[in-house]
Amino acid sequence: MTQTKPLLSRVADAVYWLGRYIERAENVARFLDVNHNLMLDLPQEYAGQWQPIVDTTGDRAVFLERYGAATQANVLQFLAFDPENPNSIYSCVLAARENARSVRETISSEMWQQINSLYLQITAESRKNGPTDLPSFCHQVRMGCHLVHGILHVTMSHNEAWQFIRLGIMLERADKTTRILDVKYFILLPSVSDVGTPFDDVQWSAVLKSVSGFEMYRKRYGRISPDRIVEFLLLDGDFPRSFRYCISIADRSLHSITGTPVGTFSCPSEQRMGALRSELDFTGVESILTAGLHEFCDSAQTKMNTIDECIVGDFFALRPLASEAGAVNG
Amino acid sequence: MQFSSYQTEGFYDEMFQTDGAARPHFQLVQEIIQSLSDGQLLRYKHAAERLLLQLGITFNVYGDTAGTERIFPFDLIPRIVPAQEWERVERGLKQRIHALNAFIDDIYHDQKIVKDGAIPAEVITSAVSYRKQCRDLNPPWGVWCHVTGTDLVRDRDGEYYVLEDNLRVPSGVSYVLENREVLKRIFPGVFEGLPVRPVNGYPSHLLEMLESLAPGTGGAPRVVVLTPGIYNSAYFEHSFLAQQMGVQLVEGRDLVVHGGSVFMRTTKGLERVDVIYRRVDDDFLDPIEFRGDSMLGVPGLMAAYRAGRVALANAPGNGVADDKVVYAYVPDMIRYYESEEPILPNVPTYLCWRDADRKYVLENLGKLVVKAANESGGYGMLVGPHSTAAEREEFAGRIQANPRNYIAQPTLALSRVPTIVEDHFEGRHVDLRPYVLCGKDIYVLPGGLTRVAMRKGSLVVNSSQGGGSKDTWVLAATGHPPRGGQQQEQ
Repeated sequence: MTQTKPLLSRVADAVYWLGRYIERAENVARFLDVNHNLMLDLPQEYAGQWQPIVDTTGDRAVFLERYGAATQANVLQFLAFDPENPNSIYSCVLAARENARSVRETISSEMWQQINSLYLQITAESRKNGPTDLPSFCHQVRMGCHLVHGILHVTMSHNEAWQFIRLGIMLERADKTTRILDVKYFILLPSVSDVGTPFDDVQWSAVLKSVSGFEMYRKRYGRISPDRIVEFLLLDGDFPRSFRYCISIADRSLHSITGTPVGTFSCPSEQRMGALRSELDFTGVESILTAGLHEFCDSAQTKMNTIDECIVGDFFALRPLASEAGAVNG
Repeated sequence: MQFSSYQTEGFYDEMFQTDGAARPHFQLVQEIIQSLSDGQLLRYKHAAERLLLQLGITFNVYGDTAGTERIFPFDLIPRIVPAQEWERVERGLKQRIHALNAFIDDIYHDQKIVKDGAIPAEVITSAVSYRKQCRDLNPPWGVWCHVTGTDLVRDRDGEYYVLEDNLRVPSGVSYVLENREVLKRIFPGVFEGLPVRPVNGYPSHLLEMLESLAPGTGGAPRVVVLTPGIYNSAYFEHSFLAQQMGVQLVEGRDLVVHGGSVFMRTTKGLERVDVIYRRVDDDFLDPIEFRGDSMLGVPGLMAAYRAGRVALANAPGNGVADDKVVYAYVPDMIRYYESEEPILPNVPTYLCWRDADRKYVLENLGKLVVKAANESGGYGMLVGPHSTAAEREEFAGRIQANPRNYIAQPTLALSRVPTIVEDHFEGRHVDLRPYVLCGKDIYVLPGGLTRVAMRKGSLVVNSSQGGGSKDTWVLAATGHPPRGGQQQEQ
């Protein structure tokens, strides 16, 4: 029997988080970039809206306490370079690198080098005197993260460790897509009278651009319409950043890890993931909007948190010996 | 950059003769370097440093809180060892490792060497690194030092001396392999004309040796590398070796002893482990038998090892021969076990527990190097000629308080190799650490870590004390003349 090498629980944990942190860093860079771009398009009285993207990352309270006013400079510092903000680009890349460093023998050398280079670039930028060129910095981070994805795909066997990285990436991406939709829907669109105005178009386009979905949406639906955008971002089967797409890939990774056929389950994480996946496969945007988008996003977040906890319990937790006795192999 | 103003200053220079001419094995490299355009060598040097940083080939310094990761300074000028010189070094190392193994096996069994009076009993009974837990153990092949990194130095006369044996958990071999990769990438032209022996076979030899230790449980043996974790100064090396061998890198918390055997915790449950290449010191290996406060070890590991359920490399207890008092008796061991004269001599060593030696040492502190018997890494030592009166006084006190713990050696005029210093070459003192693998057979890696004391005049080469390294080229005895390839500008 040819056997693949078993994966240490500690290593599985580290590569899962490696995936999550790289994806998180990329998403923060996307938000910063798109918001900056949006501000340039908005009429003067609406410009300067930096608070919403702090909300997107879920760090509103910490930000207000430490920085006060949501100016561009403050938000950039907080989201890009602040070492005390665990979700800043710097912190995410540092955490990704620390995780990568602890599993260097598992990932490919090329992948380690790219993560290390990205870290060195961001450190250099954060120590630089003088203002950061926001668009080019964000571009650099996004490209750096894309390179990680590419290198991951072509230099590493698509083995169990690889599946854990992809699982982390997909759950993080699903989390960010639902978050940005939720936040934008409620905060950027406060006034009903704005709906359908060119201003509204600009904002919705920004939402799509923040997930690189503008062009793909246009090809699919043509006209900008909030309902269709919600449908596209939540339920599209082909767009790689849609909620449903991310969950279906995450589900596939999970089954590839356990060896259980898709559509069945052998552990709590598979059960929860499968339930969420089939819900997304068989629901429609109308029912989501009727029940409330915010409620939907909120419950999606809760479900993903539960899945994350189950993954920890099923694969990473160093269980006490007694419960392991039955699982001794070799 | 030119060598025209380079001075050997009365030291043995690895690359230049006393008359200022390049040694034959260095001529080609000298020509290539001198033919480079202005500033090219420095550009190569910066490219190498960038590459090392990008590759993340860094080490951590204990007790340094700010910027704990550093690159190990790397000098581009290789140290070249001609074939016939290496042949003798290799024979000497094999002889020495063979005798050391026999010695360790003996003192954990019948202690014949003591009974026959070749070594005083108190040498062993007083060694703090003698582990009574290892008595009567029979590791596979009777081998106790599977991986050794012997430190060699050359004195003014060019003779190679063994300075330390480093039997416990020697590190640095990853730098040997990575230095070569970096030099090949940055400066490929210098390799073209010389038959430089490759070093990249090391991980395969290491894996083969480790697999040979497996306690025949059937099936392919599972080998793992045990690391103290990412904050250890040699973590890069641990992960590098695991990666190169294609085996798991584990920490103590990944392992568990269950039913007398060792397992690792995986996503699919417990998986049996057969061989552990451990890079954790004896003290931290098993909190039940050694230090109870160790968080790095695996409870029950020693019992599994003693029962032959798992193999450990290097074998616990072998550090007794790293004791610097025991070291002084290695030539006697070689005579006793091998019935041969040592091929590689020891550095003459004064043992402070002997009254006459201690008297001499205390009177000549300014001339000697004093070392604690059980320290490594350049800690706990006094370099007499570079010391202050206050330091000498402090050491005199320590020696008198605990004579067993101190030895002294004459200050050797370590050999030098030309090294890039700012925009020119200066001689810097070096040592040489070859790596020896010992399983059923003994294998000596044709190369080694040349450590360089980067500070002018300094004799301390340890990385923890600001030392750097050089690529070390062992030449093959092919007999054919160098090809004389042209250096390509790039």
